Amino acid sequence: MSVLVNKNSKVIVQGFTGSEGSFHAQQMIEYGTNVVGGVTPGKGGNTHLDRPVFNTVQQAVEKTGADVSIIFVPPAFAADAIMEAADAGIKVIITITEGIPTKDMIYAKEYLKGKDIRLIGPNCPGVITPEEAKVGIMPGFVFKKGKIGIVSKSGTLTYEAADQIVKAGLGISTAIGIGGDPIIGTPTKEAVELLMNDPETEAIVMIGEIGGGMESEAARWIKETGNKKPVVGFIAGQTAPKGRRMGHAGAIIGGADDTAEAKMRIMRECGIHVVESPALIGDTMLKALGKA
Amino acid sequence: MNIHEYQGKEILKSYGVRIQEGIVADTPEDAVEAARMLHMQTGTQFYVVKAQIHAGGRGKGGGVKVAKNLEEVRELSKKILGMQLVTHQTGPEGKKVNKVLISQDVYYPGPSKPKEYYLGILLDRAKGRNVIMASTEGGMDIEEVAEHTPEKITKEWVDPLVGLQPFQARKIAFSLGLEGNAFKEMVNFIQALYRAYVETDSSMFEINPVLKTSDDKILAVDAKVNLDDNALFRHKNYAELRDITEEDPLEVEASKSGLNYVKLDGNVGCMVNGAGLAMATMDIIKLSGGEPANFLDVGGGANAQTVEAGFRIILKDPNVKAILINVFGGIVRGDRVANGVVEAYKAIGNINIPIIVRLQGTNAEEGARIIDESGLKVYSAVLLKDAAARVTEVLKGVK
Repeated sequence: MSVLVNKNSKVIVQGFTGSEGSFHAQQMIEYGTNVVGGVTPGKGGNTHLDRPVFNTVQQAVEKTGADVSIIFVPPAFAADAIMEAADAGIKVIITITEGIPTKDMIYAKEYLKGKDIRLIGPNCPGVITPEEAKVGIMPGFVFKKGKIGIVSKSGTLTYEAADQIVKAGLGISTAIGIGGDPIIGTPTKEAVELLMNDPETEAIVMIGEIGGGMESEAARWIKETGNKKPVVGFIAGQTAPKGRRMGHAGAIIGGADDTAEAKMRIMRECGIHVVESPALIGDTMLKALGKA
Repeated sequence: MNIHEYQGKEILKSYGVRIQEGIVADTPEDAVEAARMLHMQTGTQFYVVKAQIHAGGRGKGGGVKVAKNLEEVRELSKKILGMQLVTHQTGPEGKKVNKVLISQDVYYPGPSKPKEYYLGILLDRAKGRNVIMASTEGGMDIEEVAEHTPEKITKEWVDPLVGLQPFQARKIAFSLGLEGNAFKEMVNFIQALYRAYVETDSSMFEINPVLKTSDDKILAVDAKVNLDDNALFRHKNYAELRDITEEDPLEVEASKSGLNYVKLDGNVGCMVNGAGLAMATMDIIKLSGGEPANFLDVGGGANAQTVEAGFRIILKDPNVKAILINVFGGIVRGDRVANGVVEAYKAIGNINIPIIVRLQGTNAEEGARIIDESGLKVYSAVLLKDAAARVTEVLKGVK
């Protein structure tokens, strides 16, 4: 087990022949991900990285049986790519693209409503189940196999967390980069829920940042469902000023509930092991598991 | 992207939203001319002189004044233009006023009493839909209203696929207690406003106040409009609405180098790859006894050029007493970043403050060795914990 992606996932790359798509597709193939082909409209019939290129996602699904897609297409066309993947029957759509207009994402998310589809991202590093499938842009070697699940809004901070977990002598079941945009397919709570229900995951690292209320929602859900697994939490941006966007489109403090302080307080009240310092994620996980 | 009141109002007007009319001016002479024109166009007897800066609370800060005649327009404009306007949103140093909006008087006497309302449109992240917020408490800070009298706020969420429906606009107008012509006007106002919001790809509208005039017209007295940066490629004509005098010069310079930089008030600069890790690094600085001087995300391709550009920007801030570079290499290799740091350091020359370089990920150890053997005043670290301890150590030396 594991969640979202595993060794049986058949992955296609949308935006396959572009520079980002090519580079990361190559990296994923080298990692051992089962990349079965890619889509670039107008380049169908060609071969790229020894894999077939299709004009449409529908053709790709028909010919390869793909069930997972990773999207690298530019922001102006990314929402369209998400909807195309959904229409073609892809079950897990992972969108790496940063800078998609909010209005486009509102439409895309509405389009997915009621369908049995999992959208991860946009503006995320992707998903990795170590030793099985890397469907993302993360450095694979950092993620050693184990029993800790990771949910995070940020890219490099996810790598940081994974590195600390591994250096603590533990490993990762699946790491999910949910993305830093105001509208994302899978909010913190849903990603945490996936890992709570995964028998191979023993504990969870939940990393959030300022802006929005997703972490508080997840914390309350964790408490309501009986704190079934230990959760270590961190919120980046304790020192961020109000009203300024900190890189990610979603990382901005609007109201009092958006602050790192408020979220950390709620997380603590809900029984989560909150770390003030991002340097202590690994140590705290060991303590939470009673191993330190 | 934030824009000025006068620019926001022009956009609203183009979508059929009734506004308090006005003409923008950047000298007292132009202001008088604007007032004269406005009198001819609208018949207004009084004039409101409004400072144009990207911050709320302008009235309380002395940036909005009523002139009873053209001579007062000149005097007030003279006072306001060039002033450092301080409001609760500008910080203690305030913002320089370069333009004033000469506006018609809309609070004239008439058959009924003028009344102010609040209307806002923004994204409800949890629902993934836009929400219209309305309140009878016009002119008040909506966050305060939400905290103390939440029952005074009405919300309507808009289905993105069918858009705002007339019944929703009516619900809002009724909730504000309007009737007769004012009610009809408000329904039209809300519908036009929402259309403007969607078609301009805005990320926030705040019309505070919306005014019901004494003759039952509904109009926007103020307009705070925030455009979605990610959608600007669809609206090329909005590029000219950007006012870089409103932005920190260092932030403008950084954006030219493709760096995402936000100036803060602390004493330890930082340079990081990735927004989340950058925020986390700021937090580490604070926990180590310093205060972050900036947010700086160099993005995925940290190389000698971006590192040098980052260095130069951070070093322009005189408050910076130390710099922490934190790069988690994945695709970016630690040894290349280390070489980039050393090259940039040498290219800039006399850097007199300590620098801590924390490299992790691909070729981290090799990166650390390059830093240690460079002979420069640069400290290396591999673990984030060690970097934090280094910051504390270095700050002791500085103090």
